[in-house]
Amino acid sequence: MLWTALQSLFSHWRRRPGQFAMLALGLALATALWSGVQAINTEARAAYDRAAATLGQDQLARLERADGQPVALQVWLDLRAQGYLVSPVLTGEIREGDARLRLLGIDPLTAPPQARTPALDGDLDLAAFFTGPGLLLVSEQTARGPLPGGLPPLREADTIPPGAALTDISTAARLLGRDDPSYLLVAPDQPIGLPPLSETSDLVLRAPEGGSDIARLTDSFHLNLTAFGLLSFGVGLFIVHAAIGLAFEQRRATIRTLRALGTPLRTLLLALGLELTVIATLAGALGITLGYLIAAGLMPGVAGTLRGLYGAEIEGVLRFSPEWALSGLSITLLGTAVAAAQAMLRTARMPLLAPAMPRAWAQASGHAIRLQALAALALFACGGGLALFGQGLLAAFACLACLLLGAALALPALMIGALSLVRPRGAFAEWIVADTRQQIPGLSLALMALLLALSANIGVSTMVGSFRTTFLGWLDQRLASELYVSAPSADAAARLMQALAPQVDAVLPIVSAPARLFDRPVDVFGVADHPTYREAWPLLSAAPDPWGQLATGDAVLINEQLARREGLGIGDILPLDGGRPIVGIYSDYGNPNGQAILSLSRFSEAYPAIRPTRFAIRMAPEDAPALATRLRTDFGLPDEAVSNQAQVKAFSIAVFDQTFRVTGALNVLTLGVAGIALLTSLLTLANLRLPQLAPLWAIGTARATLARVELARSLGLAALTFLFALPVGLALAWILLAFVNVEAFGWRLPMRVFPADWLRLAGLALVAAGAAALGPTLRLARIAPARLTQVFAQER
Amino acid sequence: MIEPLLDLRNIRKTYPSDSGKVTVLDGVSLALHPRQTLALTGESGSGKSTLLHLSGGLDQPDSGKVRLAGQDIGTLDDAARAAVRRSRVGLIFQQFNLVPSLNVAANIALQARLAGKHDATRAADLAARLGLSDLLTRYPEQLSGGQQQRVAIARAIAPRPDVILADEPTGNLDETTGDAVLTLLLELVAETGAALLMVTHSPRLADRLSARIHLSHGVLEG
Repeated sequence: MLWTALQSLFSHWRRRPGQFAMLALGLALATALWSGVQAINTEARAAYDRAAATLGQDQLARLERADGQPVALQVWLDLRAQGYLVSPVLTGEIREGDARLRLLGIDPLTAPPQARTPALDGDLDLAAFFTGPGLLLVSEQTARGPLPGGLPPLREADTIPPGAALTDISTAARLLGRDDPSYLLVAPDQPIGLPPLSETSDLVLRAPEGGSDIARLTDSFHLNLTAFGLLSFGVGLFIVHAAIGLAFEQRRATIRTLRALGTPLRTLLLALGLELTVIATLAGALGITLGYLIAAGLMPGVAGTLRGLYGAEIEGVLRFSPEWALSGLSITLLGTAVAAAQAMLRTARMPLLAPAMPRAWAQASGHAIRLQALAALALFACGGGLALFGQGLLAAFACLACLLLGAALALPALMIGALSLVRPRGAFAEWIVADTRQQIPGLSLALMALLLALSANIGVSTMVGSFRTTFLGWLDQRLASELYVSAPSADAAARLMQALAPQVDAVLPIVSAPARLFDRPVDVFGVADHPTYREAWPLLSAAPDPWGQLATGDAVLINEQLARREGLGIGDILPLDGGRPIVGIYSDYGNPNGQAILSLSRFSEAYPAIRPTRFAIRMAPEDAPALATRLRTDFGLPDEAVSNQAQVKAFSIAVFDQTFRVTGALNVLTLGVAGIALLTSLLTLANLRLPQLAPLWAIGTARATLARVELARSLGLAALTFLFALPVGLALAWILLAFVNVEAFGWRLPMRVFPADWLRLAGLALVAAGAAALGPTLRLARIAPARLTQVFAQER
Repeated sequence: MIEPLLDLRNIRKTYPSDSGKVTVLDGVSLALHPRQTLALTGESGSGKSTLLHLSGGLDQPDSGKVRLAGQDIGTLDDAARAAVRRSRVGLIFQQFNLVPSLNVAANIALQARLAGKHDATRAADLAARLGLSDLLTRYPEQLSGGQQQRVAIARAIAPRPDVILADEPTGNLDETTGDAVLTLLLELVAETGAALLMVTHSPRLADRLSARIHLSHGVLEG
């Protein structure tokens, strides 16, 4: 009996392959966008975990200096002499042009087993590893380059994170030009009888880290992607809901007949559930394949974004994981269940003797539309409350969800309200308005999907546009120097600076040191006392004469990220270099880390081992090209070691644009899904519309005229949806800029609007609506008169 | 005495309306024996269809008993009533109610398969008897009203039901076609030994059945 019921239900799809395709496509697209985003997130997180597990960081404690500076080699030797099981690690980065490599120098003989150093795997040529020129273990991707020149031989090892190389500490010391280890790995079991390590030196003992700094930093980026994936999934589910709802309405008579012929309700519901499970599994598998392709296509962009924005190294290649595929399939099944819940409930509640005439499946009553509007108001109130009193990224996203869901629910009521303002002239115009009002409930789901996609598009593009405009202005201000020079070593830089000083207006050293503040990594910069900074450095807030105070060496400037994250303000004491008052907070877009600026002299005292290898040159702009040429020819600097202002700006803008390329791609895909949702609804409504159109045709309206009205109506509704989406999108942008960005990146940007972009998007929405309406319209224009007369025959 | 196949005792049925409850059937009793063909006539709104639905277990009375083949179907749950319908009742509707996505052959076999009584030879015989052999691969929308009603009759007869309930089976057909369809229906009912309760407006058609009862304002007359 179940099989017969199933066959009867499935026969519906055999007779309507187009409708089946829409349902499957909706499900597949929803799954694809969601699982694609998840694939990217999973891959990136796996890369962070691999990086976090490097040298057992996730299991081993470390000894390091409180200021983040290297540990003196003698300290390690002393600790070993006392019997402590500690092992040195020397880390640093080698750069050459765009090529860079992070070195991890280890001492395999003293490294604790938990460090899982590949050198001890037994498969390695130990002699080559320990003796000159040494051996670098790198991942396959890193080996492909680009890599700096002058490296020892490479050997591939899949446990090494991308962008890094593991080598013997002596090789690392030689390549980095320093001997002192960056930190000491501490074996978990120390010899009995020794006093605790924390009491025997000035070093700080840091517990093993469950996750890396990068993983924490990039959390917000992945949350953003997840939110977009969820939005796309939701929009896709609108299609599924529409297709299932329509199938239910079309099969009311069949369901009633099956029940009348003796199929129990339970069996029927089971058959409907099985039918949907089969469809969801097939479409889910297709969606996962599509998702994999989308993710693989976006992965290099995401890798670029993470590298540019956070300095996180992940491979631009996607691996297939069965767990990911299964979770994608589960979410498809869950989404289908949610989308089908209403139809299943209606089937369960449908009286056996219910009228079998199909009605528009979503012809919600005025009562339901009023209820939706009330729910929308409640959601807006909730969103407002969250905007005023909520804290944290989750509250910001909940606020976004309230806004978007509220706007979607309010849409039918707003549209009916807007149509009631129209005063048509003539009987035909009156019919068009009245008929459009009647169509809104049936089209509301598709229009809601369109509203969501358009709002997201407006919101995200406004956010990115505001960010870009602010960023460009900020770059113009901050990149004030005419030339930027990188020297091969600190000594070479010193010689160059000395030689250039008499020929130019100013030589400004660029020097920084890694440090830790509030248990997070920060960068400390030293700047010279020069008008360039006073005039160009963009300060968001400052004490009186901040640069004068900084020059005395007794004050510090910090970036916006650090100020917001730690709740610091002007006058607060920053626990750096013995504690210094904050006299200025500056904007610092594109940098995930906290940053602090000391005067150059104070910096040199605090970090004597660090000397500048880079510097900026102030001079007459027209002389800069000649000097750049001279630096390359006379001083033998490679091309990439000398950059002018325009080159640095172009590079920064390229990094910026790369950062939001993924968001742009998801934006377009979401709009595409919304277009398909509209097409689904229009195609399926077309058949149900015949009883309304046939009388008009019978009393003398040409089919072509009716078709033109249908097309115009679709375009009109899309335009109206765009008008409603505009304020929603701008509110979305405001939330993104005022809350999400502050929480995610640590900076707040002024909001700017881009009307030209709106016009382009409005055009795109009309094209999508027109394309969606074209098929049903042409079909109506060419419909056989017999189909229309059939309507009257069926009404007998 | 032979027990009736369908036995309705003192059936009362009301429906809610804006002005309170409306009584549709008020103490109706009737019995239908094997091979008996009974015409149920009455004006529109007199309760004919309601009585038919109660007889087939499609609805439940407010009070009174409905016994079908000795079983009190008023006390059964949905699943059990569905089981009675699929194996003991053949339903023929005025609107045919064929499954539009199934072809003629699948529609004819539908109820028999649901009841686990499908017999391909019998289905083919029925199709031949009803002049449907050439139409087996067609879909309902490709058939005339008369053809659709013949498919509905074949579907109702195929599982060899005890009782056939027909709600104005010729109401959507012209007189000639309607007469032909009723002739076929009566022949098949006679062959299977089932009982037939047929709702009709037409005294002419009612005369062709073995008995007739008239329902007026929820009460049986004659």
